[in-house]
Amino acid sequence: MSRQPHSTLFGKGRRSPVNGNNSHVAMNCRSEVLEVTVEARQVEEAMLALLHTILLHRSTGKFHYKKEGTYSIGTVGTLDIDCDFIDFSFVRVSSEELDRVIRKAVSEFKDALSSDGMGQISLEFYQKKKSRWPFSDECIPWEVWSIKVNVVNLANEQERQICREKVGEKLGEKVIK
Amino acid sequence: MSTKMIPFIIITGRDNMDSGLSPQDKKDLDKFIKFFALKTVQVIVQARLGEKICTRSSSSPTGSDWFNLAIKDIPEVTHEAKKALAGQLPGIGRSMCVEISLKTSEGDSMELETWCLEMNEKCDKDIKVSYTVYNRLSVLLKSLLAITRVTPAYKLSRKQGHDYVILYRIYFGEVQLGGLGEGFQTVRVGVVGTPVGTVTLSCAYRTNLAFMSNRQFERSAPIMGIIVDHFVDPPCSSQRPANMGQPCNYRAPDEEDGPFAGVQDSQEVCTTSFSTSPPSQCVCTLSPSPSKLSKPLPLDSLQLPLAPGLVTHTLYTSRLSYQPPALAGGAELCHPAANPNQVLHAGKEGGVALVPAQPPHGADAHLTVEHAPNTPGSSGDDDGLSQSGEGRRDEGRRSVSPSDPVESLNAFTRKIGAFVNKPSTQITAASLDLPFAAFAPRGLDSEENDPMVQPPDSPSCPSPLQASLHSQGSEGSGQQDDFVMVDFRPAFSKDDLLPMDLGTFYREFQNPPQLASLSLHISSQSMADDLDSLPEKLAVYEKNIDEFDAFVDMLQ
Repeated sequence: MSRQPHSTLFGKGRRSPVNGNNSHVAMNCRSEVLEVTVEARQVEEAMLALLHTILLHRSTGKFHYKKEGTYSIGTVGTLDIDCDFIDFSFVRVSSEELDRVIRKAVSEFKDALSSDGMGQISLEFYQKKKSRWPFSDECIPWEVWSIKVNVVNLANEQERQICREKVGEKLGEKVIK
Repeated sequence: MSTKMIPFIIITGRDNMDSGLSPQDKKDLDKFIKFFALKTVQVIVQARLGEKICTRSSSSPTGSDWFNLAIKDIPEVTHEAKKALAGQLPGIGRSMCVEISLKTSEGDSMELETWCLEMNEKCDKDIKVSYTVYNRLSVLLKSLLAITRVTPAYKLSRKQGHDYVILYRIYFGEVQLGGLGEGFQTVRVGVVGTPVGTVTLSCAYRTNLAFMSNRQFERSAPIMGIIVDHFVDPPCSSQRPANMGQPCNYRAPDEEDGPFAGVQDSQEVCTTSFSTSPPSQCVCTLSPSPSKLSKPLPLDSLQLPLAPGLVTHTLYTSRLSYQPPALAGGAELCHPAANPNQVLHAGKEGGVALVPAQPPHGADAHLTVEHAPNTPGSSGDDDGLSQSGEGRRDEGRRSVSPSDPVESLNAFTRKIGAFVNKPSTQITAASLDLPFAAFAPRGLDSEENDPMVQPPDSPSCPSPLQASLHSQGSEGSGQQDDFVMVDFRPAFSKDDLLPMDLGTFYREFQNPPQLASLSLHISSQSMADDLDSLPEKLAVYEKNIDEFDAFVDMLQ
């Protein structure tokens, strides 16, 4: 993707509980939908894994603008994370702040998930356009990732373990995507 | 393949000198591709070291932070990669491949994956080298980071140590996928178009691990060792290149032992400063890498182990994962209990050991599974819990009818660890009510091996994933002759804190000597003695009755 370096590096996560959909999707906005079926305990980790992987790909280092018209870009460190409830490991950016933001959004999402276990969380990357007064800043999304979650309840432990594994594989496939 | 025959060609073979690519761009592009190749190798090898990688973000880049990613450079790996490349770049027909293989302590080895960096002819002439290609290569590296954790070999490599190690081999030229067995799967990590061709990164991984099942696990090797030299994951800052340099059998004999050309490499730095105006300022210099071709080595012997000295997760041995003959790449697990006679395939390294049918042998290794104290529906749980509380979990699992709650409890409490020696995998899905019991590798002889499973951290911990012993789970336990060994990885179990796992603990302390006072034999004996001596004592007292009377009078 060839984009100009932009001051806003990543969009805010927005959650829509219970079969919500994004209310506005711009015409030229790329949209990807991922669907996962997980067990209740795995929701958080699955979301974290997917969101972090997306953000890893979309993060860049900090831009430092120096004089003489040059800039430099910082480096992004990475961190391996193992999931406790899922047989899965993923890589995320080593940024505690980012981690906090994502965790907060995910736990809000988890709390808001309805009892029938369907929900959707979206991660939107947008471009801020400053506008003159009296118009407020415009946010134009250029990429949206939606993750549809379907929570199931499993009867016994063995199924849970299968689910653990399967979710791990599915997440892997999504990651590959 | 041998490196000797590769001619030392500088990159002039490209057919695009008329594409309008400026010499500076061309030089940059070649540099990017070269370092991309080196970083790719670093990422792959580091992902198979068996440890969690942790690097810090930094806002001021150094010359070695290519592609804006903090990927440490293990000098040995760089050296190997440069040796394999021998001054060339990946090009059309010349792919760079990293082969990951597994080698057991007995010497069996098996290729697990081959990562290929290829170039094809499809050129994207209009693309801007210094910016777009660079960024796309950076994104591709990030994808590589993510995908290296997803393929099955990652889990295997996290568990390497005692029984097997993971090796890598870098070669250049034609891609060889023959060693991966049938049915190997391919994952495409990504592509980046450049003016000289399209860079493609892909991985072919083995799905059929059957080779291991017959040969590897028939020996008896206690795996419950206390690992004295394992490391807790250091917080974020220390890479351990020193371990990579440990000499080991796999190293080619005439390798140098000294630190590898770290010094010369530092001259090859990446652009750290970009200009906001079109011509980008380049602050890099290229220096030729030291030639190590003086001693040509056959590539086959060029295998370096990963983390040879690290035995971090030994208790998680790997054997289980290789057992099933038909291991689909996605690890087809058994379907839910609706289908009673389903044969289970062990997906990966999860699962719990199942129970043998025979009556318990005291010395057998067995693993216990915790009963979740708060799980519903298990009426007989109290018995099980109290038994588990005593640490006596010797009851064998029998074919029980579900109508007998106590027996069905007994059925669950005995688990067998590694290498149960029953050939069939007729354990039904329904019988695996244990946590993580969904993996059914071929069983091997249990008597010889300690359990490799990791029991949960503490019996009283109400981990949500602990099994509840539903009586329904015991229905299918008909074929108790066949027990399978499964790897048991409960949630939250951390292997890096306690060298001894719960299974060992239980076994060691399972049969404490009885308290002397509680021993019936002794107490009865003393009672008998007391009774016998009573008449004598009475006689003595009668003799001294006068004294006693005087004493009593005195007191009054």
